[in-house]
Amino acid sequence: MADAIKIFVPCDAAALSVGADEVADAIFQEAQSRNIEIDIVRNGSRGMLWLEPLVEVQTSKGRVAYGPVAPGDVAELFEAKFHEGGKHTLGYGLTEQIPYFAKQERLTFARCGVIDPLDLKAYEAHGGLKGLGNALKMNRADIVAQVTESGLRGRGGAGFPTGIKWKTAAEQNADQKYICCNADEGDSGTFADRMLMEGDPFCLIEGMVIAALAVGASEGYIYLRSEYPHAASTLRKAIALWEEAGLSGRNEDGSPRFNLHLRMGAGAYICGEESSMLESLEGKRGQVKVKPPIPAISGLFGKPTIVNNVLTLAAVTDILTKGAAHYKNFGMGRSRGTQAFQLAGDIARGGLVEKAFGVTLDELVNGFGGGTHTGKSIRTVQAGGPLGAYIPVSGFDVAMDYETLAQSGAMLGHGGIVVFNDSVDMARQARFAMEFCEIESCGKCTPCRIGATRGKETLDKIIAGEDRVDNLQILDDLCDLMTDASLCAMGGLTPMPVQSAVKHFPEDFWRAKGVS
Amino acid sequence: MTALINNLHHEGAREVCRAHNDRPDALLEILHETQKADGHLSDEALVTIADALNISRADIHGVVSFYHDYRREEPAQHQIQLCRAEACQAVGSEALAAHAEKKLDVATGEKTADNKIGLSAVYCLGNCALGPAAMIDGKLIGRMTPERLDVLIAKLMGAPS
Repeated sequence: MADAIKIFVPCDAAALSVGADEVADAIFQEAQSRNIEIDIVRNGSRGMLWLEPLVEVQTSKGRVAYGPVAPGDVAELFEAKFHEGGKHTLGYGLTEQIPYFAKQERLTFARCGVIDPLDLKAYEAHGGLKGLGNALKMNRADIVAQVTESGLRGRGGAGFPTGIKWKTAAEQNADQKYICCNADEGDSGTFADRMLMEGDPFCLIEGMVIAALAVGASEGYIYLRSEYPHAASTLRKAIALWEEAGLSGRNEDGSPRFNLHLRMGAGAYICGEESSMLESLEGKRGQVKVKPPIPAISGLFGKPTIVNNVLTLAAVTDILTKGAAHYKNFGMGRSRGTQAFQLAGDIARGGLVEKAFGVTLDELVNGFGGGTHTGKSIRTVQAGGPLGAYIPVSGFDVAMDYETLAQSGAMLGHGGIVVFNDSVDMARQARFAMEFCEIESCGKCTPCRIGATRGKETLDKIIAGEDRVDNLQILDDLCDLMTDASLCAMGGLTPMPVQSAVKHFPEDFWRAKGVS
Repeated sequence: MTALINNLHHEGAREVCRAHNDRPDALLEILHETQKADGHLSDEALVTIADALNISRADIHGVVSFYHDYRREEPAQHQIQLCRAEACQAVGSEALAAHAEKKLDVATGEKTADNKIGLSAVYCLGNCALGPAAMIDGKLIGRMTPERLDVLIAKLMGAPS
């Protein structure tokens, strides 16, 4: 008898949000009633989210994609012999030949959506554990040197060179060091961390173990936001499987040599800021701390601590697997390697695009993304999360790398790109930026705590048509003050969306009262 | 033994603390687990946790009031969370929220008079390519529309309590 046909139905939260579980059930039922032997694999997402639930069938030629599949389509798909790769209107042919996917450079996300995220054998068969194996053969300084040479910079948004951070922590003499993974992915328009944690959690864990080897740490924490219950469940299982397999080494008493904990946040955006996150990990209010000392010298519980974003640590796995030179070959200028861009908002083909730095915003939004989902024309995108700039269509030729974006008054952040159509009211968006800062400010420094409230009030006056010339001046002064005097990026960057909105879309701040 | 000024005690919370070796750094986890069991954080629970972890009640109040997830009052039977962040705003989350408020006759952050449904805002569920996103009793839902929300609300209203 022939082997069971492998059918892949993602278990990623985005796929589940549009019915992947129901589709998997329907496929199972239908196959049973037709007496067809199948094996349903719950993989991560390929990142082509507009096609979710994206069902793939293993054929001799490769995996064939169908999407978006609704439970009601399943019987028809079987009629069309989709389980043998048959033609159907939902069919897209070979998954890896879909242009959206084929044009990407998947390094960090190479396995995401390909394998069952909790299948260690599959992980290894697809190149997993090689990076760790290589690291185990190196001394500390050589591991750090690999990371430094790769040019990797922090993917959380700040873009700090990872190798320098690691070197600092490695050089400290301490009885205890920590590796902390920042998985508090709070920026609207970003979901890459979540996708990786749900689709290839071992890749993150491997990166953390490599970091532990490099700096001499024996304890690690993943600080995960509570809005990600699916990622939490996958990570818990993945950590257990990893430790069961002894992949973190074992102490004499059998405990893992690198002890990894998962800690949940509690709905505070500010905890994505590293000092606030460390406070939160200690069981305290997530208030920002003054630097120095930097965490690499004195971090969690006052010990040398590496704080890296999920994608930074996951990139380390790839760098140690293929070598620094391979990673460094991608990218442009001082932005080396790849970035996981996330296309969100009103976008026809929303999803994850991993590309070398230097791709233009236009290629991402119009090329990959295919314009808006609603069919309306694009007015602006917000790049880099709620603290990022609004970029008008005339600025879409900008190359997406840290320096070029900064020069144009914008930022890359965590790689999120939110598309807005022509119905957007930019004065409202500017007001929301201030309101969000008011809600999420930790309250430690005055420019952020009070500035956000005053900023929102001032925008209310502008929207209401009150002394617009004066109030726009007050808003601008306030923004400059927040930028210069806030303790962290929350208050320091909230002016970026506000001022970019005023700069590029002044007409929205001069609308007749009551007209939007 | 209760060392604090009153005799409030919560056995469940005490157990949760014990499971975390009474470590103060596990406070967020302890609060999550206690709230999951009780639906909210009672005075009894907080006094017990403060006592077990040897931290002050002021400290614990500081933490509970800092994080949006923690509730001091009993929640409604069902929770509807609507994402109100930028990516969902770009696809109509504000109109959807207004619709929900009207339908349920509550403001965001409140619960219905019969205590059946609580409506709250959330800033990003990580489903930004398939917005507007909602989470209903822990289930993530993408591409939400007012019509779909009406159907789901009717289901919750009709569900046995």
